[in-house]
Amino acid sequence: MISRLILTYPEGARRTGIAFVLCLITLGLYALGISSAWIGYLVPATSGWLADNPALGRFFAAGMIALILAANWMALRQLTRRQQIVGVWIELFALLMLFFYSFNLSLPFIAKKIGFMVSQGVVTTLYISAISIAIATLIALTGAIAKLSKNGVIYGLATFYTSLFRGLPLLMQIYIIYLGLPQVGYVIGAIPAGILALSLCYGAYMTEIFRAGIESIPRGQSEGATALGLSSSQTMGLVILPQAMRVIIPPTGNQFIAMLKDSSLVSVVGVWEIMYLARTQGQTEFRHIEMLITASMIYWILSIGLEFLQSRIEERFGRFNVR
Amino acid sequence: MNPVPAMQNSEILLRGVHKWFGQFHALNDINLSIAPREKVVICGPSGSGKSTLIRCVNRLEAHQEGHIFVGGVELDHDERKADLTRRGVGMVFQQFNLFPHLTILENCILAPMWVKKLPRKDAVDIAMTFLERVKIPEQAHKYPGQLSGGQQQRVAIARALCMNPKVMLFDEPTSALDPEMVKEVLDTMVELAGGGMTMVCVTHEMGFARQVADRVIFMDRGQIVEEGTPDDFFARPKTDRAALFLSQLLH
Repeated sequence: MISRLILTYPEGARRTGIAFVLCLITLGLYALGISSAWIGYLVPATSGWLADNPALGRFFAAGMIALILAANWMALRQLTRRQQIVGVWIELFALLMLFFYSFNLSLPFIAKKIGFMVSQGVVTTLYISAISIAIATLIALTGAIAKLSKNGVIYGLATFYTSLFRGLPLLMQIYIIYLGLPQVGYVIGAIPAGILALSLCYGAYMTEIFRAGIESIPRGQSEGATALGLSSSQTMGLVILPQAMRVIIPPTGNQFIAMLKDSSLVSVVGVWEIMYLARTQGQTEFRHIEMLITASMIYWILSIGLEFLQSRIEERFGRFNVR
Repeated sequence: MNPVPAMQNSEILLRGVHKWFGQFHALNDINLSIAPREKVVICGPSGSGKSTLIRCVNRLEAHQEGHIFVGGVELDHDERKADLTRRGVGMVFQQFNLFPHLTILENCILAPMWVKKLPRKDAVDIAMTFLERVKIPEQAHKYPGQLSGGQQQRVAIARALCMNPKVMLFDEPTSALDPEMVKEVLDTMVELAGGGMTMVCVTHEMGFARQVADRVIFMDRGQIVEEGTPDDFFARPKTDRAALFLSQLLH
């Protein structure tokens, strides 16, 4: 019945649909408990009416926001795809800044501390992450080859490793390595402990990524290489891995970004990286939120850098795919 | 059973070779001797063990019983011996198995540079010679994905030839090709056969077999059922199984 109506009156159905969505958004905003104060700010003359009719005012505010969203949607639709993307980014970024602005942050305090955050925190975070990423990649490669091994001992070692280090929370691993190794007579510094824990944990995740990547290459490739007389390590290094990289890189980039942020867990053993500084620098003047937001933005910027790097590498390894 | 006397004039020698895939008896007591410069075509219904047979000759598959000698060297569990043997045995696959991440030229120089340790310049010279012989030197800097199936298979042949093998194995080289591309690949193979190389070819291209083969081997259910010259085999098959196979092939 309804489907017939939609088919017969497509234009009417479209308008009804839009009105329905608008109503839904309005009701949703109202249910979320939106405030009508902003209308009072914008048009002071209405503030008396708003105070008298709180419920009606809130409903009116929700409807206005729904209409603003709709207008925004219409405006964006006029643009090209590229402009739409940029437009959405700018709008959402402005909203995010508005959200931060509402905390009434002390910008001078941030300006005073940010130099130290970058020179100490960012540098430490970056070098812990970079070393861990390098070691984790090596572990992952070894682990993946071990997992594809016919030798039972090697396979057993690899599966136990991935199972254990994927199974324990990273925070627990950092504690166990930092506090546990001295128990057996090996005293380890906070930074090496952090790097070890990050490498082992991410190495375990990435082992699975590398294994899946290697397995995704058809058997004919290794047969072709073997038939040419290439040894098994040459086959892996020259034929299989370069092709597997295309499959491996996107999820690995994900892991790198995740690791960058998980390196914040290392702060629990007192390493002066971004997270640690964010927690401690604000304490003296009770300006916690300033430091936390600053640290968040720094993490975000670093992640964007990694995303960019990832897309560049993907391009490089994908170039043979052109037709 | 002493294989030495028979090896005097065999490039490839199989003695009582058996192979199983699980319960499936893929090769059942294969005895075969192929002389240097001999061209042998192997045919038979699918699942008869033809591909398995030639894949055992360069040990892409391991046989479980019997002996295989290539160029006088026995293939066994010693992988280094197998690697050495493979340098003298080129193989062309049904699915080409070109390396898609390398250009045509890089495909051809990879093994000469890494296995034979040739300098890049020499390897490139050799590769270009063979790419000219298969008539696609102008594609040298393209990637395999940019070539037609027939061109890819000719590159695969050139790639194998770059290792200067004494034996070439072809595993259904034209089965994955569109009909109009079969001829260009067969022409390349016919030309190659004129050069005095030992060739073992699994194919159903009977015209090619008549033109080139010294001997046709018919396999069924893991056994060599019949062998003979192409003229005899195609005109007067001795066994019913071969006659049935041929009658189905012609239609």
